[in-house]
Amino acid sequence: MNTPTDFVEVPLYRAAHGRTGDKGDRSNISVIAWHPELYPLLAEQLTPERVAAQFRHRAPSRVQRFLLPRLHAMNFVLDAVLDGGVNDALNLDAHGKALSFLLLDMPIRVPRPLVPLLAGP
Amino acid sequence: MNATASPPLLIGCAAGFSGDRTDAAGPVVDTLIARLQGGPAEQRAFLIFETLAERTLALAQLRRRDNPDAGYEPLLDAMLRPVLARCLARGIRIVSNFGAANPRAAARHIARMARELGAAAPRIAVVEGDDLSGPAHLALLHEALGAQMDGLRIVSANAYIGAEPIAAALDAGAQIVVCGRVADPSLTVGPAMSHFGWRADDWHRLGRATMAGHLLECGAQVCGGYFADPGYKNVPGLEEVGFPIAEIDADGHCTIGKADNTGGLVSKATVKEQLLYEVHDPSAYLTPDVVADIAEAQVDQLPGTANRVALSGVRGHARPSHYKVNVCHEGGWLAEGEISYAGPRAEARARLAADVLRKRLDGLALRVDLIGALSILGDDAGRMLADTPDTGLRDVRLRVAASHTDRAQAERLTREVMALYTCGPAGGGGVRTALTPRLNTLSCLLPREAVPVRFELLGAEALA
Repeated sequence: MNTPTDFVEVPLYRAAHGRTGDKGDRSNISVIAWHPELYPLLAEQLTPERVAAQFRHRAPSRVQRFLLPRLHAMNFVLDAVLDGGVNDALNLDAHGKALSFLLLDMPIRVPRPLVPLLAGP
Repeated sequence: MNATASPPLLIGCAAGFSGDRTDAAGPVVDTLIARLQGGPAEQRAFLIFETLAERTLALAQLRRRDNPDAGYEPLLDAMLRPVLARCLARGIRIVSNFGAANPRAAARHIARMARELGAAAPRIAVVEGDDLSGPAHLALLHEALGAQMDGLRIVSANAYIGAEPIAAALDAGAQIVVCGRVADPSLTVGPAMSHFGWRADDWHRLGRATMAGHLLECGAQVCGGYFADPGYKNVPGLEEVGFPIAEIDADGHCTIGKADNTGGLVSKATVKEQLLYEVHDPSAYLTPDVVADIAEAQVDQLPGTANRVALSGVRGHARPSHYKVNVCHEGGWLAEGEISYAGPRAEARARLAADVLRKRLDGLALRVDLIGALSILGDDAGRMLADTPDTGLRDVRLRVAASHTDRAQAERLTREVMALYTCGPAGGGGVRTALTPRLNTLSCLLPREAVPVRFELLGAEALA
């Protein structure tokens, strides 16, 4: 069994990159592992429930997750998360273009042997 | 025809939205010409411009109401003039949705441009049928949308039509195809269908070409634009980022690269981000041409090359029976106001100003942002801002926004922000306010038979 010291906690952006797209009041956010060996731990930890919690202020009505193992990527689709979307939102960022960075700020636990695969400081 | 017998079709993209850089096409066309010169005699090349978004068409329709000769892409001249003569001389054909709400007027403009440049009169086709704002179709839309449409002032209604009329226009010899609301990837699928002679139910090939089109349709985004993140995603020469060129083979497989002598980069990472951009279920990316499926897609950097990435594993399934239709209507007013606070306790004074506005503007749902502290990731209800403690920010700009169908109600906001000059917290300065008419959209589906899609090769009299 792993003890807590076998892991380090880092923000998701060190393990993955991503981009946000939108259609109407729906946002899609890709999460793409920097290295194939990091993908399984993303699949394990980035559950729709945790992602919904990260976006709780926007109160998404549904969070779906699609896995793309060949791309070492996943796609999250968040419904009703853009305060109306590009036509109705009062937000300066009506498309929600910045939302991938809210997701990439989530903490994840990375086993120590995989730490050299992480990006950036 | 098969992949070994025919060289790949080259398709360059020189615009990803209305308002994109107008100097993008030059290097793309230079590169296409160099590849045509250095390649086999059967090599062919296209240039596409994608310039429509959800609301672009409604804005174009408003311009056309004011002026029957307007309503097409406002930057058409700046985008096309620098490369038009070279494209015509070298046999590079052009396909675009820059016709927006008025493809015929755009075609006339292009014909004029060609004359002024001393080029032979090009064969120009317009693709029509997407515009459903006429009385006959409004009744049909009312059937589809029901009571939602009651009392609305409709500005535009357009179906997302597909690649077939583009391919037919090219088959008929068009050198330039001007479209309105065709789906973005169809700008790529149309040329590929025509060039390789694919049938309209060749789902796997159409699916592959659709995803090639999806990689191209946002212009620089697949070449490192919208990607750079210093220290994590470094992009060389972002200030002169190149635009993409796809090579599509007879089975629809593609490699993606970029214009020579430009900045930016094409890597597995840039391609993956663009591949998933605005995609929901990866196994069912809906377009009017096909349901594309990237669940098993793979991207690979081609060995020994820089800036070339291959996309494989894409499949396709039978296209939807209905077209998606966007209906745009007048949506009341957006009111915004901003004021700045600086120095000691600036954030506290900005928060106090927001409280004053909330109390004064009872009845208006107010969005509050503190620019510099939290102005993007927050929510309209203010939950995130309420959870974010005052961090003693010393340079903060308060922004408030609200919308209302009644202009007088929306104007209450702009007046109250202005009044903070003398009635609000200390030291507020730099008030800016704006009142903007809004456009809202509704979507519905209409059966393909209800949307009479067509193309017309325009004669000299139509282009005069």
